[in-house]
Amino acid sequence: MRTSLRIGGGAGFSGDRLDAPVHLAQYGALDYLVLECLAERTIALAQLRRRRDPASGFDPRLGQRIHMLLPILKRKGIRLVTNMGAANPLAAADVIVGIARQLSIPVKVAAVTGDDVLDALDLDAPTMEGGIPLSHYAPLVSANAYLGAEALLPALASGADIVITGRIADPSLFVAPLAHEFGWALDDVDRMARGTVVGHLLECAGQLCGGYFADPGRKEIPDMANLGFPFADVDADGHAVVGKVAGTGGRITLATAKEQLLYEVTDPHGYLTPDVTADFSTVTLAETGADRIAVRGARGRPRPAQLKVSVGYFAGYVGEGEIGYAGSNALARARLAGEIVRKRLNGRFAELRIDLIGSTSLHGRAPDGDDKPYEVRLRVAARAQTREEAALVGDEVEALYTNGPAGGGGARKYVNEQIGIVSTLLDRARVASEITLREWTTHAEVV
Amino acid sequence: MPKLYDLAHCRAGDKGNTSILSLIAYRAEDYPLLAQSVTVDAVARHLRGIVEGEIRRFELPQLGALQFVCEQSLGGGVTTSLALDAHGKSLSSALLEMEI
Repeated sequence: MRTSLRIGGGAGFSGDRLDAPVHLAQYGALDYLVLECLAERTIALAQLRRRRDPASGFDPRLGQRIHMLLPILKRKGIRLVTNMGAANPLAAADVIVGIARQLSIPVKVAAVTGDDVLDALDLDAPTMEGGIPLSHYAPLVSANAYLGAEALLPALASGADIVITGRIADPSLFVAPLAHEFGWALDDVDRMARGTVVGHLLECAGQLCGGYFADPGRKEIPDMANLGFPFADVDADGHAVVGKVAGTGGRITLATAKEQLLYEVTDPHGYLTPDVTADFSTVTLAETGADRIAVRGARGRPRPAQLKVSVGYFAGYVGEGEIGYAGSNALARARLAGEIVRKRLNGRFAELRIDLIGSTSLHGRAPDGDDKPYEVRLRVAARAQTREEAALVGDEVEALYTNGPAGGGGARKYVNEQIGIVSTLLDRARVASEITLREWTTHAEVV
Repeated sequence: MPKLYDLAHCRAGDKGNTSILSLIAYRAEDYPLLAQSVTVDAVARHLRGIVEGEIRRFELPQLGALQFVCEQSLGGGVTTSLALDAHGKSLSSALLEMEI
């Protein structure tokens, strides 16, 4: 049995850099590569695409990523685990097989399904957002349970080169290969917790390596245009050392690791995943070399009895308009412009927001009371039930050209459909995952 | 008056309508000062108008870090907020402006 496994984190979201994981696979001596590409709302948007076209609904950049990575993965014997299946892992598997055929590279793909629980939901069930029943949000767009590492184990046991799924807890993408290779029991809570910490550190890829960290003069990170993506060397007990490929940009330090360890953790004593309740408060980090941090000490308690379900719903349309002002008194003119638009739209929208970009748009105020920025951009946003109604916002802002304060320029207007997300809990017994194998060899396709 | 920015770094994360602010001392010896002065009340005062709900503080001395979990901070939630920074990603910079 193995004594150590190296797993790489090759994507932190769907829109992440495409070249960094290629370099990581090429030079990182990886055993596994994980691509985490599903944010909260991504799967609901994918579900909408699938409704329009049953052969779609997976990550829009799946094909690009597989084209770039498959030859290297096969040559180096690296297995890929990813949630790029989004709302349609089976169609995603077909796309991968199609690319393999095109490149004449034999491949075995395991698609893991079962996260889609839209038909299993009880609409009277309370949401985790104030207990309001799900029915309040109908019609629902999507409902996906967060699967755990357990769901991926049969796919890994099948010998597949690529395991593709939809909604799964992000750290579970990393815990599954560890549990598979080291034979961890699902109730081995301390090892599952340590694996979860590894997954949590790697799941945002570049964020461990100085991405989203740098602050010139204060937190210097070299060569961010060539940021290396991270890997972890994990031993059979789940202790790990994280690092990145020599010669790549970025840095891994105690500070970058601390920021990522605590990122989005709502309870450091009880980080909940489908696999375990992990205590991050006992984790210790130690610098063991350049761009190398040793991670130890996570403790685990039993996994939650229920699975979290992320539910997407139509939240109407958001209309936006922007226009810029500059020079002396720019802030006053932008403010006047906002007041004019508010009067014009008076009462039409339940929710209307006026931002002065350059002054108040991020935190509602400029903390130092600095009221004299050289340029200010007015932004008005409102939510509406229809696209047409939402468009009024941008129209009114644009009309400031000839009806508003002096010197307004660069008007832009947008209308976007909005998908909201709420969460609920579902008993594990209501969620059954399964795997489907798709294979292409140089001789014949096996379905 | 020194700002938190001089002693610590910060990253903001989000879950629904909750903002999670990790405040991390650059130097271990500054952690006790952070733990003493960056109280829940101080953060609530500093982020008034942004954080509308309860704030919980977790102490992580072995990391030299404080974790603030701030409910009702993201204009109704990441996915339906009309705010430009719906995730509240920039709130890390707001916290570091606090004077101590």
